[in-house]
Formats: sequence, C-alpha cells, structure tokens
Amino acid sequence: MRKIGLQEVENIALGASLLGAGGGGDPYYGKLMAIGAIKDCGPVTLVSPEEVPDDAIILPIAMMGAPTVLCEKGTAGQEYKVIYDMVSQYLGKSVYAVMPMEAGGVNSMLPIAAAARLGLPMVDCDGMGRAFPELQMVTFTIGGVKATPMALTDEKGNSVIFNTITNKWTEELARAVTMSCGGSVTVGLYIMDGATMKKYGVKDIVTRSEMLGKAIRDVKMQSDITITPEDAFLAASEGYRLFKGKISDVLRETNGAFNLGHIMLDGIGDYRGQKAEVTFQNENIAATVNGEIKATAPDLICVVDAETFVPVTTEALKYGKRVMVVGLKCYEMWRTKEGLALVGPRYFGVDTDYIPLEERVKGGNCSV
Amino acid sequence: MYKLGIDVGGTNTDAVLINERLEVVADIKHPTTPDVYDGILCAIREVLAASGVERKEIAQAMLGTTQCTNAIVERKDLAKVALVRIGAPATTGIPPMVDWPEDIQAVVEDYVILRGGSEFDGKDISPLDTEAAKDFFTRMRGRVQSVAISCVFSYIRNDHEVQIAQLCKEIMGDDVHVSVSSEIGSMGLIERENATIMNAALYKVAERFTEGFAKSLADEGITNAEIYLAQNDGTLMTMEYARKYPIRTIACGPTNSIRGASYLSKQKNAVVIDVGGTTTDLGVIQNEFPRESSVAATIGGIRTNFRMPDIISIGLGGGSIVRRQPDGRVTVGPDSVGYKITSEALVFGGSTVTATDVAVKLGLADIGDSSLVADLDQQLAEAALARIKEMVEDCIDSLKISNADVDVILVGGGSIVLPKELAGTSHIYNPPHFGCANAIGSAISKVSGNYEQLIDYNQIPREQALEQAKADAIQLAIAAGAIAETVEIIEVEDVPLAYCVGNTSRVRIKAAGDLA
Repeated sequence: MRKIGLQEVENIALGASLLGAGGGGDPYYGKLMAIGAIKDCGPVTLVSPEEVPDDAIILPIAMMGAPTVLCEKGTAGQEYKVIYDMVSQYLGKSVYAVMPMEAGGVNSMLPIAAAARLGLPMVDCDGMGRAFPELQMVTFTIGGVKATPMALTDEKGNSVIFNTITNKWTEELARAVTMSCGGSVTVGLYIMDGATMKKYGVKDIVTRSEMLGKAIRDVKMQSDITITPEDAFLAASEGYRLFKGKISDVLRETNGAFNLGHIMLDGIGDYRGQKAEVTFQNENIAATVNGEIKATAPDLICVVDAETFVPVTTEALKYGKRVMVVGLKCYEMWRTKEGLALVGPRYFGVDTDYIPLEERVKGGNCSV
Repeated sequence: MYKLGIDVGGTNTDAVLINERLEVVADIKHPTTPDVYDGILCAIREVLAASGVERKEIAQAMLGTTQCTNAIVERKDLAKVALVRIGAPATTGIPPMVDWPEDIQAVVEDYVILRGGSEFDGKDISPLDTEAAKDFFTRMRGRVQSVAISCVFSYIRNDHEVQIAQLCKEIMGDDVHVSVSSEIGSMGLIERENATIMNAALYKVAERFTEGFAKSLADEGITNAEIYLAQNDGTLMTMEYARKYPIRTIACGPTNSIRGASYLSKQKNAVVIDVGGTTTDLGVIQNEFPRESSVAATIGGIRTNFRMPDIISIGLGGGSIVRRQPDGRVTVGPDSVGYKITSEALVFGGSTVTATDVAVKLGLADIGDSSLVADLDQQLAEAALARIKEMVEDCIDSLKISNADVDVILVGGGSIVLPKELAGTSHIYNPPHFGCANAIGSAISKVSGNYEQLIDYNQIPREQALEQAKADAIQLAIAAGAIAETVEIIEVEDVPLAYCVGNTSRVRIKAAGDLA
C-alpha cells in the first residue's frame, strides 16, 4: 500500500502514453482530472492485488467514446459517485476498490480521479497491460468474466445499467448510448471479486507505468556518460529497438469507428537507407522493417520521439517527425491460444501467425 | 514608397528598408537596449542614415518582438484577468489552471464556470446561464480590466461565447479587454482556455509596445506609415489586431528568419540554417511558410494549443569551442565564447580555438588576422570541419520529408563556419543581407486568415465542404487586410476523427495575401 500524489500522477501519465502503443488517447486530459481530484480530495491509496480480500468487490473505471470529445468536455467530477451508487445498489454490496481496466492512454488516469473523489483505494492491476480498441479485449474475458452489469453515466447525470448476452452486444449498445450522450461517457464494467482480479489481472501495471514514465523523464537528466540516453531508455523499459527513422508518409483511412492507417518510415542514423512501416488501427498493430515483420499485436509497438523518447500517438503523427519504433513484450496471458483469439494479429486483419517479439527480433520464427 | 522592418532580438535590434520592388535598400544592426525603444529609435535613425531614404516615403513599418514571450516567461507586467468558462455540468472535473506553475496562477483574479456550451454535434449541453454571468461581471466590475471567455466546442458553435462577451461589455464597460477562446486557440478546451487567459493577461504589454513603436516612429518623423506586427505563423497583423490578440506575436523571431531567408534566396521550399554565435536553428520553408511543429506548445510552463514553427536548435556557432578529447575525437561546441569572440578567438589575438578560427585556417572565411592561425594544427582543423559537417548534415536529414535532396539556405552571421558542400542537398544558397534575415522576414510578410471546423462528409460532400472552407479562409484573410486578388490557400489539413458519428474530419485551412 502506498500513496499516489501529483508527482506519481505525472510519471504514470507519461508511462501510460507509452503503454498506449499509439492509441488509448492522450492521457493529458485524464491527468488534469486526476490532478484536479487529488488537489480537491488528497492523494490516492494504491494497493497491491495481494492486499485485496478474495471476496472484495472491485470496480474498474474507464471512459468510452472519442478522446477528441473528452478534450473539450472533460468530466463533471460527480460521475464516479453516480456509478458507485448505481453499482452498490444493484449488487446489494459495497464496492471495496476501483481499478483501471486499460493502463495505456487516458483510461490510466480516470480511476485515479475516481479513487480520489470516492475516497476508495485503487488496485495496482488492469485487464490489458496496454491499450486496446474494443471492450472485450481484456484478460478477464479469457477468465469468463462478463463486461456487464455495466454502469454508464454522462456529465449531465444521465445513467444506465446494461445487462447483455455477450460482450459484443455491450460494445454495440454502449456505443449507441455514448453517442446520444454527446460522445464521451464514464463507465464501470467487468465488476469482479478480488480472487478473479488476482487470477486474471495484469498485476503491478500501475507501478510499471510509473517506472516507464520516470525512465523517460530521467533520460533528460542522465549524467552517466558510459551509456547513451537511448540505451538507458531501452534498458529501463526492457524495450527492443525495432527501427529509427523519419516519418515519410502517413496514409490514413476511416472505417466506422476506427482510426486506421500506415506510418511509412525512412531510416536515419544506423538505419539510413532502410525502410519500415507501422500499421495502426487506433493502436499500432504491426511493424515491418525492410519487408520483414518485426512485431505484431498483442506485443506493444510504440513510436517514440527519437531524442526525448516521449511517445507519439497516432493522432499526432506528422510528416518529417523523427522517431524510434520500440517493441515491448505483452502480458503472458495474451500469448496463449485464448488470448491470441481475442487480440492476435489475425483479429486485426494482419495475416500472419503470432511470433513473440523477442523471437522476431532475433530473426527466428518459433510460433506459438 | 518603402517598407521598414524591425526585429527586436535578445542581442541585437535589426532594421531594414525595402523598396517597392521588395529589394533591400539598407540593413543595420544595433545592440538591443534595456528599454527596447531606445534601441528601436537608434536602429531606425541608423538605417535611415545608411539609406538616405526620406522619412515621408516610408509607407509601412513592421515590428517583430519577443516582448510577449518575455512577459510570460518572466511573469512581468501581466494584467489581472477574470475568467468565464461556459460548459457546466461538463468540464467541472478539471478546474481552470489546475496544472499551471503556482507563480503565475495569480493572474486570474477569479473565475466562474457557467452552464452552457455545446456538444460536438452543435446541440446545447445545457441552456446558457446568463444570470450567473451577470452576477459574476457585476462582482468583477472595477476589479479587473481584462476578461477571458472559454466555452466547450466553441470552435463548432461560438454563439454562447459571443453572447457572454457582449454581456461583459454591457456590465463592465466598453473599454474592458475581452478575449474569446474561439478566436484564440483550436481544439482542446484547456489549451485553448490557457491561451485565452494569457492573451487577456498580455493586453497591457501589447498596448505598451504598439504605442511605443508608433511613438518611436512619430518621434523620428515617420508619420505616413501603416504599422504592422509580426505573428508566429509568418504573417502580419495590424496594431488594432495585435492589441486584441497579443499572444499571436509569440515565437515570431525564428519564423521571420525562415521567411526572410526564403525571400532573399527566392526559394519557396528549402531547409533554412540560421547560424549565430552560439547556436544554430534549422527550420523548413514550405511554400514560402515555415513548417509547423506537431507538438503542443508550452509557454512559461503553460500548455497551449498555439502552433509554433518546427525548429531544431544545436550548439554550433561561430564562437563554438573546438577541442581534441582524450580519446582523440575532435568536438565542436556546444559551449561557445559567445560575444567575447572578438577577444578570445585566435584570429582576434585570443587563445581559444573556435569554429571561426577553423574556417579561417581552411580558407572558408577571411576574418581577423589569418596569420594568427598559421600554427593551428591542420589535422585538427580538418577534423573539426568534418564534425561540423556531420552535425549539420544530421539535422538536415532529420528535417527532410523524403530521401530526395533538398535546397539549403544559409543565413546568420555564423554561417561562414559551414563547409561549402553538404550531403543530401542539391543547392546551397548564400543570399546577400544574410545577417538581417529576420527583420527582412517581417518586412515582406503577408496577412492571413485561418479556418478550422469539424465537418461530417456524410452531411456535406467532401469536395463541396472543402470548397466552402477555402472560401471562408480567403474571406478571413481579406478581413485581416489582404488584397483580395493576391490571396492564396497556403495550407490544407484534413484529419479523420475516430469514434465521431458519420464521417467526420477536422479541417484546417490557411489563406494569405499581400498587404494593401
């Protein structure tokens, strides 16, 4: 158990934008909500999964909708209380703690705001270990946990509880309501007990996010000249350098709700003369260097600034930007058959078997 | 008729005179003075003397100044501001200024968050609460002279902002300065609100420098000139506009330098390298305008959605110190002898090896006493030049958008230290008057109009929507003072938005034209 204050929030937000793997929305507005809540209500207690009783009720908190809408409307701040009351009343039991469902992007921050405003602890755990675009893409789906009952509320005070037959239906119904409510809402979903959370959750992910954020920040102040800032960053993040280049083109297309496209890169530095391509569908899903696939989802493909290592989201991609493509290993459970069925390369339309990042980087082809 | 361009920098105040054919008649540099008007006055006198031009013949005078940036960074001369945010019950989870540095939060005397604002599709979030606005303005009357108004989705629907601005003038008086967010920033309520608060806080600074500039001109007998201020997108605004939108002057220096380089070399697309005494700034000119940076601009610790030119700065200049390291490598900079170059460099009788000494030794430049570098190790000089070449080539490559070679324009007093050839470039231009590129940049600038909206292409076909948007941008440029026949579209950005209903894109268009 430890406290999360303003400095910790800064680092978690930066780490979360790396774990966003290009998507998940810029955590900046979420960070402002977390800062606002901590300034109003004091620091948040972060508990490790092991400290949570098996029968305790855990309430994951997230936003649904367009990050661009969130960047105008923010939240009212009272949404968490509305969700807490709805859920407690529905279950007839009180909620023990909140937790993030998605540690990557803006959703890393809302549970911190919720914990501060509700005076509840937050569990150091999530259901993705990164960001993903669809509601059923959580480890808890592998464990058979349903997204519903799911509580949804907007900033105006409208609220709904969903009970659906599949998670796909939840996604569909919730999106329709989200649009009617103005494009951005707060939800509580995958409500579960402590035992389930411990069995399927991605543990200590908030702490890892904080460490990643601190690593990026520390690169600027690094005084050890025996190691380059880049190597220091890769060592701290346990990342694999896939490519370094300059964005030569960004090809975008829209397909329903998603932000799709390809980032074309021309090598710089050691990679001069080489070419790479990163395919994204909100998040980055495949990285190809000189025609050879170097990483695919569910491993994390992160595009970061070549000098500051600050992550670049797909919305901020621009011609001429100088970036490094870094691969991070995904959570082990995603590499199982059940995990790959949910978030493997084929689900995203990339026609290849999943081969773990560390194998692909070596040039191996040991598929799972 | 002549144009007078002035650029007030940290070290020097530059002045240039340009004739009707846009040729440089005279350019001078004068040290910047603590009270900038003394420096401006002296610079004007010197450039008039150097050119012999009649004072009456100056028809336009343009000023580029860093005073707004300095006021924010140094927290000096900022006015107290009352803030009205429209959008409750949305946004109340993020209080205003929540992540501002503490030492600048006091510029906001008080704030209120009113019910109102719109959804992304133009529907009301809630009806506008004018009663609460009246109470707030009545309380603020006499306490502040400047009001900032922000509103949720005001770049889609600005009527709530406009209505509250009118109410503000009715209650607080016509002379109160009102800044409205839809006119200041773009998407992202908090960054737009931050920029609006800063704009409101800068009104006194803007009043002082516009009046000060007008007075310096009048004192010098330049009474027929229209006065303009340089903006950070490479275009100009009138004094009246500058008083309304002072924040638009921020970072106009590098912008003007890039535009000036483009003009002097007659190149519309190139990489511009501005080498000073200590640092080198590299930027890109695209269709005569600087390429903008994609990252949010943070000014004085405050995040805004102000757009800035895309600039790389490295520690390389005429005064950069050259050293052989213990491992045998030769390094250049990042430290420099700076303004002491005239006493510390070898060619001026000093004892420090600088980039300028290397250039003289290798015959690239003729400065100071070349006999003083006769004993300088030839190998060291060659290694230093190779290092300089590598530093600059890496930056050029980083700025390029494809592997194709680019043209390069060299400006700035320190550019003599660069080699004659650079990899990845097709042509290197060394224009005349290269030392005063920024004052020239402000003197030759155009005026612009910016259009920004979310458009659903399922509602309006893309072609038709873009045509209308371009027409609107052109009208905005004309309203800002451009001659209609000269207005051109200079930038079109069309980014599809995830999750939005239908087929919605964010469309941003900029048009610019010549001054009347």
